[in-house]
Amino acid sequence: MNRVRKLFQRLKTEHRCGLIAYITCGDGPTIEIIRALEDAGADAIELGVPFSDPIADGPVIQAAAMRALKNGTKISDIFTIARAVRERSEIPLIAFSYLNPVLRHGIEKFADHAHAAGIDSVLLTDLPAEAAAEVKPAFKAKGLGSIFLLAPTSSDARIAVVDRASDDFIYYVSTMGVTGARSELDPALLTRLDEVRAQVRKPLAVGFGISKHEHFALLQDRCDAIVVGSAIVRAVADGDEIGAATRAGEIVRSIRMI
Amino acid sequence: MKRSNLPDRRGYFGEFGGKYVPETLMAALDEFETAYRGLRRDRAFRSELDDVLRDFVGRPTALTEAKRFAELCGGMRLFLKREDLNHTGAHKINNALGQALIAKRMGKKRIIAETGAGQHGVATATACALLGLGCVVYMGEVDMARQELNVFRMRLLGAEVVPVTSGSRTLKDAINEAIRDWVTNVRTTHYIIGSVLGPHPYPLVVRDFQSVIGREALAQLRKRTGSIPDVAIACVGGGSNAIGLFYEMLKHDSIRFIGVEAGGRGPNLGDHAARFSGGALGVLHGTRSMVLQDEFGQIAETHSISAGLDYPSIGPEHAYLQQIGRVEYYDCSDDLALEAFHKLSECEGIIPALESSHALGWLLRNGASIGSGKIVIVNLSGRGDKDVPQIAALEGR
Repeated sequence: MNRVRKLFQRLKTEHRCGLIAYITCGDGPTIEIIRALEDAGADAIELGVPFSDPIADGPVIQAAAMRALKNGTKISDIFTIARAVRERSEIPLIAFSYLNPVLRHGIEKFADHAHAAGIDSVLLTDLPAEAAAEVKPAFKAKGLGSIFLLAPTSSDARIAVVDRASDDFIYYVSTMGVTGARSELDPALLTRLDEVRAQVRKPLAVGFGISKHEHFALLQDRCDAIVVGSAIVRAVADGDEIGAATRAGEIVRSIRMI
Repeated sequence: MKRSNLPDRRGYFGEFGGKYVPETLMAALDEFETAYRGLRRDRAFRSELDDVLRDFVGRPTALTEAKRFAELCGGMRLFLKREDLNHTGAHKINNALGQALIAKRMGKKRIIAETGAGQHGVATATACALLGLGCVVYMGEVDMARQELNVFRMRLLGAEVVPVTSGSRTLKDAINEAIRDWVTNVRTTHYIIGSVLGPHPYPLVVRDFQSVIGREALAQLRKRTGSIPDVAIACVGGGSNAIGLFYEMLKHDSIRFIGVEAGGRGPNLGDHAARFSGGALGVLHGTRSMVLQDEFGQIAETHSISAGLDYPSIGPEHAYLQQIGRVEYYDCSDDLALEAFHKLSECEGIIPALESSHALGWLLRNGASIGSGKIVIVNLSGRGDKDVPQIAALEGR
């Protein structure tokens, strides 16, 4: 059983809502940032692979991807980062990428390298569950979990497809739109979340727009984990490099308030 | 060759095509596909579209024999399908109106579009004005500068033109921004993609709306020459004017098809938009096709003198037609396209769009190999008025 699945089992026995932290790899001192996020209480890390055309991302993560690419970040750097984390930590690691960089690397080669580096699961933003067969066998052969998204627009039929295709958990997109911190949660989210949760067997993580303790407080009884992305990425970029990891950790602490 | 069986049910042309989009958009694509499948053979819809194409767009467009230009190309019988004579000046209106009519029937009140050269933006703004729909057009800042006139036209037509400042600030980035808008507003908004690109069902829908070009051309050629063409040539950016010309002709095995991509200023990555010679299999903007990219899967920037061909991917049906060897693809440099632009203007009295000039440029250079008795048709996909200020600046006049 991979680390992500174990995490969700543990969260269940502890009756606790987990916090998954997203970072754009190669934007700032990524390895230090991950350590700070873990020290601040993040339960898992999403390793964002920078892409030139991030259609699902808002301005904050777009800018981070551009900086990371300008720094020369390549997909192989994500494996280097994962290996460095694994030298000292068993925190679950989820690779989070658009399809094209993975396709170009080669699906099987990617699975091989990701597994060897200690990555547990993979989420490909622009690969819908219908096309799961294009990657799942290769990922499964290396023990990597595949994670798929659900959105407010997903029909019941699609919810069932995604529930079947997702291995470790389902990533529920909280609102219509791109990634980015928002001051308020989508008013329809809580009701919709209850409806979706009643239809799926897999754990549910909720992301997009979650940036404050109030959001976490509203969501913690309705899902298995929350994902915080843009708020962390913005904190990393918002100041000098030396303080980046500390600022990132503070975001996690402020959201969990523990 | 059978034409009608592709794309398959899941939207693939062989290994190309498909639906690679964030989950939020899947429902909208399903809704669009269901609406389109219902309307595709709906008599009332077809006749509404036919009426508007005839009375508003001015179809059928003329077929003009270009005798003086043909002499420069080696002396074939050369016919130009005059999509430049459409209302708004290019073939783009065929698709924009078709999709706007579907959107209206789906109850969507707001339309978004991307545009490169501005022709698709103008066509969409026009369709929206005609049908009373709100219209927002995303356009890269670089393209806004080189196609200033079209920006002004869109605004005159009541559309909001949003400058896109990310990435290379051209067509690819305008599509990114349009998709981000669509993800946010998908319940009220229809995205009119301007080419045979994007996730299924767009390549199918756009092809269907553009195939009127080849259907008319075949009938006109039969009447004028008593036969079908030997060679059909079109420029290929995303590839909608080319598919439009080719599609109805593909059933004739004797016809040779040539697609001409933008060769730009040279063969290095970043200097051209020649996807077949410089690209690799990839996924961009929802579809699997040949994509210009670096060895790490990052999408490359492209260059072409013509904004409408300046795009790193190509319609999936073209990738399929190339793979099975049914259509040949070549490229034409900026300089050769410019030469053809001037030659056609001077010896036929037709100022072609820089996009279409690529097809003419290929013929100018390679026509001699075709043979003098042959019947050749070139899709003159748009008129060059929009390019005049850019060329005046380029040539210091």
